[in-house]
Amino acid sequence: MNITVFLTYLFVMAFTTYLVRALPFTLFRKKITSKRIKAFFDLIPYTVLSAMTFPAILYATGSLPTACAGLAVALVLSFFEKSLLTVAVGACVATLAATGVMMLIQMK
Amino acid sequence: MAPESDVKIQDTSVPAAKNGGTFHEGLKDGLAIGLGYLSVSFSFGILAVSSGLSWWQAVLVSLTNITSAGQVAGVGIMSASGGLIEMMISQIVINLRYSLMAISLSQKTDRSMNTVKRALLAYGLTDEIFGVAVSKDHEVGSKYFFGLTVLPVTGWVTGTLLGAILGGIFPEFLTNALAVGIYGMFISIVIPKAKHSRMVMACSLIACTISCLLFYVPWLKSHISSGFAVIIAAVIAALVGVFCFPHDDEGEKEVAA
Repeated sequence: MNITVFLTYLFVMAFTTYLVRALPFTLFRKKITSKRIKAFFDLIPYTVLSAMTFPAILYATGSLPTACAGLAVALVLSFFEKSLLTVAVGACVATLAATGVMMLIQMK
Repeated sequence: MAPESDVKIQDTSVPAAKNGGTFHEGLKDGLAIGLGYLSVSFSFGILAVSSGLSWWQAVLVSLTNITSAGQVAGVGIMSASGGLIEMMISQIVINLRYSLMAISLSQKTDRSMNTVKRALLAYGLTDEIFGVAVSKDHEVGSKYFFGLTVLPVTGWVTGTLLGAILGGIFPEFLTNALAVGIYGMFISIVIPKAKHSRMVMACSLIACTISCLLFYVPWLKSHISSGFAVIIAAVIAALVGVFCFPHDDEGEKEVAA
């Protein structure tokens, strides 16, 4: 890709992304006193992450059974409140193991 | 102003820093995110190079954006020679959740977060960093937040570099398995909270359901982009929580902070 074209895209992309984060963070400083509005903003991170995970995780590996293995292990490990890294690595390892099993089944 | 901030100017800064968390604590909390990002951005590096970017371009995109979904969309627009307005709108829509998170995090920051620090630290606000910061039982200070962003940013950029250079060497089944890691991280943020709060549990399930509806109902899928789908699902689910649940259980945390 042409360097000037790339840098133009990059600038527009990065600057927009930055403003989306920085404008509310610098301008919106008041502590929210309304219980309802406060509850809304307390819930948003969890609903955003939930919506981003489902159904996207089912298609993350290109194979439903292996994705389900990763999902199941992630759910169990998080239920027991394991660390972020343990859950992420556990999910990857489970997916890899399931991929191995699938390969064995297909070979037979 | 930078040198002053390290030395204690007046005694109020000491309890404030302790209350808002230390740089070291942030660094420690960021380690897991950084390692997770290393594997996730590896996939992005592979994708960027296969979309026609060179390795240093892929690294620059990661260094200046620090956002998985936005970058994937942005690189797609670059490789399709899309318009700059399209680029701008896609980034606003996909990353709009950061605005919501920024406002939400604003409710938890301590007095050390002045305008300049906010403007600088806003660069590192991601889903996982936000998730960890809001789940702390203390206020979020600038030193803590800075520490929290260091390793994830390093991991994100390093992973992109490795993926861009080594990606072709790795077999596909391995890169596919690594892609689950990012969702594992999302789950590890939501589940422990949902376990202790029925409201979070209910709202998360509603968000998942709406998100699935927007994905599986053909008419909805063809009319609503995936970036918008996340926003719609998240906002509706949170509104249900606000209007259908009493807010006593959320109150106790606020008293402590």
